[in-house]
Amino acid sequence: MQSQSHRFKQNVSVALEDVSLQKALSRVQEGFVDKRAAVVSTLPEFEQLREQGREIRNHVLDHLDFYLRRFENRVQALGGQVHWAENAEQARDIVRDICRRVEAKTVIKGKSMISEEIALNEALELDGLDVVESDLGEYILQLAQEPPSHIIAPAIHKTRAQISELFYNAHQKLGYTKKLDTVPDLVNEAREVLRSRYLEADVGITGANFLVAETGSNIIVTNEGNGDLSCTLPRVHIVTASIDKVVPTLDDASALLRLLARSATGQEITSYTTFSSGPKRAGDADGPDEYHVVLLDNGRTEMLAGAFRDMLRCIRCGACMNHCPVYGAIGGHSHRWGYPGPIGSVLTPNFLGLEEAGDLANACTLNGHCASVCPVKIPLPDLLREHRRRQFERKLQPLPARLALAAWAGIARRPWIYQPLMATGIGMLRLLSRGRGKFKSLPMLGAWTRTRDLPAPQSRTFQTLWKKQRGKR
Amino acid sequence: MADSARDRILGRIRAVTGSKDGENPGLRISQPPLLIRPRIPSELLPRFVEKLELGGGSISQVAEHAGIPAEIGRFLDAEKFPATLRAAPALRNISWGDGLEVSYGSSDGGDLVSVTPAFCAIAETGSLLLVSGEDSPTTLNFLPDVHIVIVESDQLLAHPEDAWAKLRELGQVPRTVNVITGPSKTADIEQTLQIGAHGPRKLHVILVHPE
Ligand code: SF4
Repeated sequence: MQSQSHRFKQNVSVALEDVSLQKALSRVQEGFVDKRAAVVSTLPEFEQLREQGREIRNHVLDHLDFYLRRFENRVQALGGQVHWAENAEQARDIVRDICRRVEAKTVIKGKSMISEEIALNEALELDGLDVVESDLGEYILQLAQEPPSHIIAPAIHKTRAQISELFYNAHQKLGYTKKLDTVPDLVNEAREVLRSRYLEADVGITGANFLVAETGSNIIVTNEGNGDLSCTLPRVHIVTASIDKVVPTLDDASALLRLLARSATGQEITSYTTFSSGPKRAGDADGPDEYHVVLLDNGRTEMLAGAFRDMLRCIRCGACMNHCPVYGAIGGHSHRWGYPGPIGSVLTPNFLGLEEAGDLANACTLNGHCASVCPVKIPLPDLLREHRRRQFERKLQPLPARLALAAWAGIARRPWIYQPLMATGIGMLRLLSRGRGKFKSLPMLGAWTRTRDLPAPQSRTFQTLWKKQRGKR
Repeated sequence: MADSARDRILGRIRAVTGSKDGENPGLRISQPPLLIRPRIPSELLPRFVEKLELGGGSISQVAEHAGIPAEIGRFLDAEKFPATLRAAPALRNISWGDGLEVSYGSSDGGDLVSVTPAFCAIAETGSLLLVSGEDSPTTLNFLPDVHIVIVESDQLLAHPEDAWAKLRELGQVPRTVNVITGPSKTADIEQTLQIGAHGPRKLHVILVHPE
């Protein structure tokens, strides 16, 4: 997928005016935020589990080479193959080569963010392969030719009517000629259409929520059972995973899975947690003949060595995004690249560069909700601030913004200018707002107030109040 | 080429982790530390039933193996499904009687109802753990509309960690381990929960529980 992160600002204006998107985003609150709060409140150990989750992930990062080699060793012992890719292109080539060698025609896919990251579908389609997404949300987006807008519910921005239209257009040639309008009917039609695609697929490609070093297994969690079929029915199973996905043992995986489902969908556990280890064994009734794991670096070893190391603890639950007020206002498409929300704002500049994706970090209000819900305690606001600091250092922000910040810093460091200036300014703003408490628009700040209201200052400056308060004692 | 990518990636990691040697990470695998397990405030069986039903599954109990066929017949009748089963070969020693039409083996997608044994069940989450093998095809867990799982009461464990201990006794993990909690579902269209996305629309447990 072509990244559109540099078009972030334009995309945001479009998103804010998109009525069906705004309706869909309002469902994030109910569907994810409230459900998570409810399920967390019934588990007294949750805070301890978060701390433990942080420790497990840190331990892995401290010994990442050991666990990766151990994982590789186990997969090989079971008859599977491990492939290493330094970047997206190498990863794509590995998968393309396997598909070519086994003379694949159809590929069925479980949900995989790495597949998005390396733009795998496009590459396979160029090779003439028929690539089918099996996760219902991903399938809808494949028909719509759009990237996911949410990592757990990729098609959350699509309405029933839009989906009905997509199915009608795509499935007519298969004999489905009725336009459907209920959710059960739509799900059923997709079930029927995709069922035959599973059965005819030569290669199944899935992601991995975790890789287990102890056993050489990859773990996927789904509610639909789609990924599980994708790694069972085709004769070749390929797992695309990044190097940070490894965990030491099955016990460690369980400890993290307790956090994952609760943080992601507000469930205690998803319908299916599937562990695949190597190809099918001699005598097994079913399962694939070949098992491959593609381990992708793509900038992660650099993150390991630098200021963004904490981000590698991420278990991709999406809670930070569900609790993000900016995501709640504009959705994931404004980011226009694999990872939306706060994770995207931190990760994408690491993968694509600050020049391409720096705006993402600037949209953050540093309110801190994301860090307070993150199941592995990633200090997301600190990491976003680090991107901003680097942008400023490298003079990547627009000149007016940099000048304004420099002027602000100059004034704020000089109390004898700052204090009288603020007192006057605040008094004036209060007068101008005429008691309405906020500004719908402000001269010269039209670009800012078009999509926001500026609250009018409450009373006097903090310093004035502080002095008065102290005087009272 | 692939090899050199491997060496470069591991080399870059080593450059960072090398300074942190000292503790032996292999120990975490040979002697896994005791991690936090959520306390289960009740007996295991009621907990298992509560969580299974929360996930959308259902359960009935029989006192002995001989009662299984009749119980399956009753369930299918009540749910208006035909009495035709695709069973895991591991269940060959059950005498099904005349009421049910039973065939054995993996599924090609044409079966409405499957019956499989469980490896164990997990009370914490109301889950069933099923493993692949010669006698237990994985396709039976996903392709039929109704999935019936036979669980023995002594297979009920508290936590997944207990299941891993049992799995380790096999020496090698089976190719596929499925932890199943309720039927297949999706909320991908307008966040509306719909049962039966790609997998079974019904998950029913028959617990063999001698008094
Ligand atoms: S950063 Fe934390 S909250 Fe966000 S997706 Fe990753 S693990 Fe979840």
